[in-house]
Amino acid sequence: MVIVTAFEPILLADIKKEASHTLRVYQQSAGYQTLKQALVEMTPEQVQEVVQSSGLRGRGGAGFPTGLKWTFLPKDHPGPVYFCLNADESEPGTFNNRILMEEDPHQVIEGTILSCYATGASTAYIYLRYEYPTSLERLQNAIDECYAAGLLGKNVLGTDFSLDMYLHRGAAAYICGEETGLIESLEGKRACPRIKPPFPAVEGVFRKPTVVNNVETAACVKHILARGADWFRSMGVPADPENPRDAGSYGPKLYCLSGHIERPGCYEAPLGITVDELINEFGGGVWKGRRAKAAIPGGISMGLLSADEFDCPLDFSGPGKYGCLGLGTAAVVVLDETVSMVDFLHNSCRFFAHESCGQCTPCREGTAWSLQMLNRIKQGQGRLQDLDLLLEIGDSIGIIPGTTICGLSDGAAWPIKNAIRKFRSEFEIYIQRTNPKGYQATEPVQALEIIGVH
Amino acid sequence: MAKVLVNDIEIEIGEDERLNGIEAAQRAGFEVPRFCWHPGLSVAASCRMCLLETGQRDPGTGEISMLPKLVPGCQTPAKDGTVFVTESERVHQARAQVEEALLINHPIDCPICDKAGECSLQDYHFQHGQLQRRADIQPFTSRRRPLGDTVTLFVDRCVMCTRCVRFCREISGTNELMVRDRGSKEEIDVFPGFPLENKMSGNVVDLCPVGALGDKDFLYSQRVWFMKNQPGVCDGCSTGCSIYIDENQDRIYRLRPRENPDVNSWWICDEGRYGFKHVHDERRQTQPIHREDGQDVNVQWSDVGSQLDRELRQADRLAALVSPHLTVEEAYLLIQYLRQIDPDVLLGLGPIPVVGKDEGFPGGFAIHAEKCPNRRGVEEVLKSGQGELLDFSQWLQRLESDLPDAVWISGGYKSDWIDEAQAESILRVPLVIVQDLFPSPLGQLATYRLPGAAFAERAGSYVNVNHHLQGFDWAIRPPVGVLTEGQLYWRLLGRSGLYDATEILAEISRDISYFSAAVPPLPAGGVDLTNNLVAGV
Repeated sequence: MVIVTAFEPILLADIKKEASHTLRVYQQSAGYQTLKQALVEMTPEQVQEVVQSSGLRGRGGAGFPTGLKWTFLPKDHPGPVYFCLNADESEPGTFNNRILMEEDPHQVIEGTILSCYATGASTAYIYLRYEYPTSLERLQNAIDECYAAGLLGKNVLGTDFSLDMYLHRGAAAYICGEETGLIESLEGKRACPRIKPPFPAVEGVFRKPTVVNNVETAACVKHILARGADWFRSMGVPADPENPRDAGSYGPKLYCLSGHIERPGCYEAPLGITVDELINEFGGGVWKGRRAKAAIPGGISMGLLSADEFDCPLDFSGPGKYGCLGLGTAAVVVLDETVSMVDFLHNSCRFFAHESCGQCTPCREGTAWSLQMLNRIKQGQGRLQDLDLLLEIGDSIGIIPGTTICGLSDGAAWPIKNAIRKFRSEFEIYIQRTNPKGYQATEPVQALEIIGVH
Repeated sequence: MAKVLVNDIEIEIGEDERLNGIEAAQRAGFEVPRFCWHPGLSVAASCRMCLLETGQRDPGTGEISMLPKLVPGCQTPAKDGTVFVTESERVHQARAQVEEALLINHPIDCPICDKAGECSLQDYHFQHGQLQRRADIQPFTSRRRPLGDTVTLFVDRCVMCTRCVRFCREISGTNELMVRDRGSKEEIDVFPGFPLENKMSGNVVDLCPVGALGDKDFLYSQRVWFMKNQPGVCDGCSTGCSIYIDENQDRIYRLRPRENPDVNSWWICDEGRYGFKHVHDERRQTQPIHREDGQDVNVQWSDVGSQLDRELRQADRLAALVSPHLTVEEAYLLIQYLRQIDPDVLLGLGPIPVVGKDEGFPGGFAIHAEKCPNRRGVEEVLKSGQGELLDFSQWLQRLESDLPDAVWISGGYKSDWIDEAQAESILRVPLVIVQDLFPSPLGQLATYRLPGAAFAERAGSYVNVNHHLQGFDWAIRPPVGVLTEGQLYWRLLGRSGLYDATEILAEISRDISYFSAAVPPLPAGGVDLTNNLVAGV
């Protein structure tokens, strides 16, 4: 994988250095100086203010303003307050956190310590995805180095601030990336997302106030503190004055580019570059000289952009304007012209049916049902009416219609809705071609097999 | 007073009340379907059957702003100004979709399912479901496996409401049940080597809104629509849980808890649940017998009354042992009758069976060691009749030291309650009348051996360990040959017609101050007698 950067990289600035993951190398480029300065010169409230005024929005997918999230913590709580670093990077196509954790873990840890200082957390948990053994090794090594250097533990850098940090390895479930699923899992339970309210800021890990932030968010916090809120706001797309709910998209962003692309990789750019720019200027265009058919804007759960929508800006409000769910993790997966949308949707449905935690009926049954239908379509038993049924499922599951506890099924719904609405004719042609005799049938589908033994 | 609007009907909610959308709608007269929500368990909000629309009414302008999305009623609190809409097109559509989703993997084997007839999934399908099955997923299996000694899981019928899991965590506190696997493949299961075997395990069957959890004892024994659900009170221990006695043609098929916030909430223990087997035990006595010169002679109930009355009146001094299995009314009638003959009748409280220790559960439920339903009630009746209360051994001592001419023993125990030595001392009394369920060393040699009634055959009231009195009517008729204690005493007292417990209780409430709160008609949950004790009435 090639990792190149077009503008002066910030988050990825040091990743190509020899032994970039060690404390020694990190300190060569002023590592932990920001922390030292903040701990000595700033109060936690001031740190919070800086982050809030920077307009930093969570990089984990939902794009919730980080500083605002911190303010939801109850004031004067006797504690403990917990901080969880969400490193369960499991959105398909996403790998920016991995690069940060593998190549520059101290940057992440410094940001985490700063975030803990700002939120008054005395314990930080890093919830790491199971499938990242190198990250596990390097993060643990970095934490050990920090303890040895007095950067973690009692009286960080000789100040009154104390912080313990634990690295927790997940057990490979997508749902653990949802913040309350993560909390349940961290507590040793089945990762079923909790009903909200109460939000984690009020009642999170072990029923105590908890902040859950993404790895890249923590890395951004470090740079905001180092360079100031104004610097951060100088990049990206300002808030739309017409839309009072738009909080703007500021700062640098790590874009993951994969799929049918010449140079897949993780690229850093200011928020707001278009899909076209990302593909052509960073990724070297679609591979093998082919044309693109579609692209996933930010992880599979965000839906699909068709090739004529590649002018979509990749900021927090951009993909939404093109019918997608949102920016998500800004992981762009390019599908070239040879890809069958039926295959794409089948794969997507298979993923979500497999990963649904099974709590809420609409998600548990809806994801499995859509997979069954896609299976049947792929077996040459498809019917045109299946598409309407799939759309009905897609439109009715998720927290947006209000039928589930967490957003997993919104993520399951969007690929269905986008793929069928934007590529309906392809589905129809596929069904007619593979099931020429029955594609128009409307009577109830016969059971494939009935086994009833009591 | 908070005002809540449900489908344009305004309801009021008290200061201390915390209602959710389902409860608020219920108050306004709208039933919101639900699977996972149960008032006795924590909120899961996962079945999504109770989805409704909600909003807020501005107190000043009265303007209503609705939330754009649906919310689960179970999770949404009803506060002042809250608006709920439970009967809109959107809500109906959401219900139909959830119902359809739940039926995708459901075997729909209602004809052979025990739950059919009282199944939420079945009822809701007719009320809210789609007209036609659109899902084509059908290779279902009908897998079943035992979860423990009492409960069988029919895996494919489950709708994953997790009520049973939450019950084991929150109410019994034993944590046996869990959810296994993920997504549509998930199942309820027990941890390997740790079967469902807590003392309240049967409740998960009642909690199950569908036919997934089957009670092994009840399984395939009766269709629910053939049974009548008679309200009753459990006689298993001094908790005195409110129950339903589900019977068909005088045969009990199962006992179920009846909601009573003052006694047992929504639960009963397994001991009580399966504690009705003695009612239909073949060894039960069903023939009144008169023992003359060492010979048992069958007698007719029509003759027994006058015969007993004659013989008792010939006796000069009487004694009686009053069983804690009698109802308050029965004890009262027996004492009233005997005191007519001998005002100084020696009254004693029958033996109190005690097994183990009192046991509490995290959910607040308690099983008591005292395995009889009405010790408090009978004690108070005895105290008012005699002034002092004699327990079994004290009574026996008095009896031995000053032998009366006749003794009346009321039994009603489910198991052995008297040993041979005790029986022998009592049998020295010339006239021994024993009314009991089962043969005993005492009964076998008594002058009169009369079959007695079991709890479900009695009418009257019990007072539990916390001085809570609950009235009940008979649920089944006693077997042929059995006259209930109440009816016998009624007859002996020369009252006409059928034994009427309500009439007696009215008398008792006037007569004995302890029972003054128990004025019929009693509320379904019974009355707390301590209210009057505190007031010193």
